[in-house]
Amino acid sequence: MAAVLTRNITKTFNDVAAVNGITLTVPDGEFMVLLGPSGCGKTTFLRIICGLERQTSGDLLIDGNVVNDMPPRARGVAMMFQSYGLYPHYTVRNNIAFPLRTQRVPRAEIEKKVAWAAQLLGIERLLERRPRQLSGGERQRVALARALVREPTALLLDEPLSNLDAKLRASARQEIKLFQQRVGTTTIYVTHDQVEAMGMGDRIAVIDHGKVRQVGTPAEIYDEPADRFVATFVGTPPMNLLSRGGAHLGFRPENFLPKDMIDDGNGGVAEFSFRVDRSEYLGSERIVYGVVEGFDAQVITAKLPPAHVAEDSIRPGEWHPFAVRNGALRYFDQDGKRTSRH
Amino acid sequence: MKRAIANTLREVSFYGAVAFFVVLTAFPFYWMLITSLKSNPDLYNVTNIPFWFNEAPTLEHFEYLFEQTQFARWLLNSLIIGLCVVVITLLAALPAGYSLARMTGRTGEALGIGIFLTYLVPPTLLFLPLSRIVASLGLQNSMWSLVLVYPTFTIPFCTWLLMGFFKAMPVEIEEAAIVDGCSLFGAFVRMVLPLSLPAILTAVIFTFTLTLQEFVYALTFISSSAQKPITLGVATDLVRGDIFFWGEIMAGALIASIPVAIAYNLFLDRFISGITGGAVK
Amino acid sequence: MVEIVEPIATKPASRFRFLLDQRSVLGAVLVTPAILYVLLLVGVPFLLALYYSVSAYTIYDPSWRFVGLANFRQIIHNPAFLETLGNTFLFTFASQLLGLILGKFGALLLLRPFPGRKLVRAIIILPWAVPIALASVAWEWMFDSLYSVINWTMIALGIIDRSQAPNWLGNPHLAMLCVIVVNAWRFFPFAIVIFLAGITAVPQDIIDAATVDGAGFWRRNYQIIMPMILPIVAIGLIFGIVFTFTDLSVVYLLTNGGPIGATSVLGFQGFQVGIVSGDVSHGAAISLFMLPVLFVVVIAMLRFIRRREI
Repeated sequence: MAAVLTRNITKTFNDVAAVNGITLTVPDGEFMVLLGPSGCGKTTFLRIICGLERQTSGDLLIDGNVVNDMPPRARGVAMMFQSYGLYPHYTVRNNIAFPLRTQRVPRAEIEKKVAWAAQLLGIERLLERRPRQLSGGERQRVALARALVREPTALLLDEPLSNLDAKLRASARQEIKLFQQRVGTTTIYVTHDQVEAMGMGDRIAVIDHGKVRQVGTPAEIYDEPADRFVATFVGTPPMNLLSRGGAHLGFRPENFLPKDMIDDGNGGVAEFSFRVDRSEYLGSERIVYGVVEGFDAQVITAKLPPAHVAEDSIRPGEWHPFAVRNGALRYFDQDGKRTSRH
Repeated sequence: MKRAIANTLREVSFYGAVAFFVVLTAFPFYWMLITSLKSNPDLYNVTNIPFWFNEAPTLEHFEYLFEQTQFARWLLNSLIIGLCVVVITLLAALPAGYSLARMTGRTGEALGIGIFLTYLVPPTLLFLPLSRIVASLGLQNSMWSLVLVYPTFTIPFCTWLLMGFFKAMPVEIEEAAIVDGCSLFGAFVRMVLPLSLPAILTAVIFTFTLTLQEFVYALTFISSSAQKPITLGVATDLVRGDIFFWGEIMAGALIASIPVAIAYNLFLDRFISGITGGAVK
Repeated sequence: MVEIVEPIATKPASRFRFLLDQRSVLGAVLVTPAILYVLLLVGVPFLLALYYSVSAYTIYDPSWRFVGLANFRQIIHNPAFLETLGNTFLFTFASQLLGLILGKFGALLLLRPFPGRKLVRAIIILPWAVPIALASVAWEWMFDSLYSVINWTMIALGIIDRSQAPNWLGNPHLAMLCVIVVNAWRFFPFAIVIFLAGITAVPQDIIDAATVDGAGFWRRNYQIIMPMILPIVAIGLIFGIVFTFTDLSVVYLLTNGGPIGATSVLGFQGFQVGIVSGDVSHGAAISLFMLPVLFVVVIAMLRFIRRREI
């Protein structure tokens, strides 16, 4: 049974549809990531699931129950906010205990559960502190403990890592993911960062302008994008697109290599004459910018492993033979949708 | 050398200007103070230098004030009026300010401006019908008429002030409480109120000072000495026939002014952040 | 692939159980006490005042008889009233102008940190903080016909002698001047606070950018800062104008409208006629003359603020 099921959820604000008909199923225990650019409606959608907003139309089912008109506390969800939303005037212990106190859980039971949650996240020694005395990472753990102490059906996270600086982000990502695997709570995680999405999600729902463009595992999203938006949103640098009469031909930078580097394999290659304009050396890879013959208006990128590239195969200002394996080519029609080879 | 002269001139004129303002604002209060401490013969002698004592300073005006007039009673009246008005005001303005701060739609904006405008309706227009209403309620000449009427301006003012503060509070904490199981109202009581104690305190102080500063309604509704609040009493009651008891009047004015002056000084910064938060969007 | 089985939808919870959880409902409930209070004790009296002005109500003869605009006509033809109207405008305009100038100047002074600034600031806001009635009484004493300290100082400095000592509150023109000065004195600390609040709210980046762009002190002041603080100054001015235009305290205590109505203002005359003399309907009519001006001022300012919002 699905933990969270939405049917054609729509939300309009003043005639603008922030969420434009999203039907999504999140099975029990899954880590589902809602990925999309700012303003695409993913946070609104999450807040609808949580109960902080009411959808304009559509149904929402949590654990099999229709919860359309129920406030958050009746839905069995817990949420972790972008700035954690810890109660500044309560100690850590009372922060974690709060969701249980509102449900009038007996005191002995509360003590036990708080201790369990604190131990789960390794914050026992912080219980008597106040939020302002904690570091960013500690606050995150307290927020998680508070969210989990009720053992919710679904855990909702709204861009929890966006306030952290880059270094902390990686370790925080690690913590959350490991943690979720251990505890097994169904999790819905909103982010605009595709690296986070790819690294953490069991499945990713790519959202744009209030609609789901594609739902799939990271591999499916990356290798078999359903449309041009998904293809260019995921992946850094984004997929190269050559336009030909409205339709597009796409290939990822790491597949765009000097001809003599490509292993033909079976299926053949598509060849391009490529003029290098600029290259960036990033240590672990080299990004090369240039134009393909016949498509002067578009900047095409190639991502090359630096160790194996001969200097004279990428000299700027000159035309070099580059190629892409046919199996790595992706075709998109006039509407942007993915098609098979025309 | 020229630079040094120009600089000194600038400094001198700067401090001169500051001194000018200080004298302009403080002199009447100095005058209040010294008048209240001068003995009557000293006071009512045109040949004496007025700026300092010519005869020994005396506390007789203060004694007279407390022993021979209703001054103590006026202080008590003002205290009671102030406290009651504060309670009524908070009961109405706290929820109203919160609700308006969180209401983002057109109605919220319109109501907010409506409240702001109510504060501007002049007492010198409303005092006529209000005096009739007060009379029909049997409250004429009673300080309770003021307890009834003062919230008409303290509630709009505090709602506006509190609205500014609440708007600046991040919604996340309330939302977290809601997700954690609080009702909407529960979130207000358990999260917003404890965290806005400074704002509430500011509102209390300003409400109190507003009631102390009020004059028009007090003058209109109350005529008997015993029911007068402090400001009305000092300004109108210390006269026998044509004779003004200046020493006592100044003493009374001084005592009545001090708490308000202190309160304003302590809370000015809070007040400013409140009004700029609400006024300049 | 996970098998998704269509769940059996259970009956959704009754809407009423969570009525108070709906933002719109709770919001309305929370605002109600305040709105009720204001409607009953401001709205209703306001309507009553309107009705009084077109009726023949006095406290000796509380008749609700409708007389149309007769009251207004009678008032307008009374020269004392026209003098009052003129006084009110003069009084308001002059004291606000003076107060604004002093306020702007004072704010500029207080911007710069200097030793004792906190104390100076505390002293400067006294006129605004202290109840207006008490301050007026102090000034009344300072302007006293016999014992005025101002006169004493001028005599001592040799500027005039005793026979020329002005009777501040007894001379029509001087009385008006006194009333204006006291009101300006009371208003300018508020103006300082408003200016300071506005100026300190201007982001430092903008001021720095102007400095780098070559703007000197005066240009920075008048072309960058002033336009940016105009909204908040406008609001301060709304308050100032409204309260000054409708005030009666200063006039009542300082001059009691005299000498012979020279300083009578609308609020004061409304009081005299409506409360002291008991002629409620005419008093209401007089007071209502304040409305058009207030209306115009508020609407004009609000428009102005709306347009200038950055």
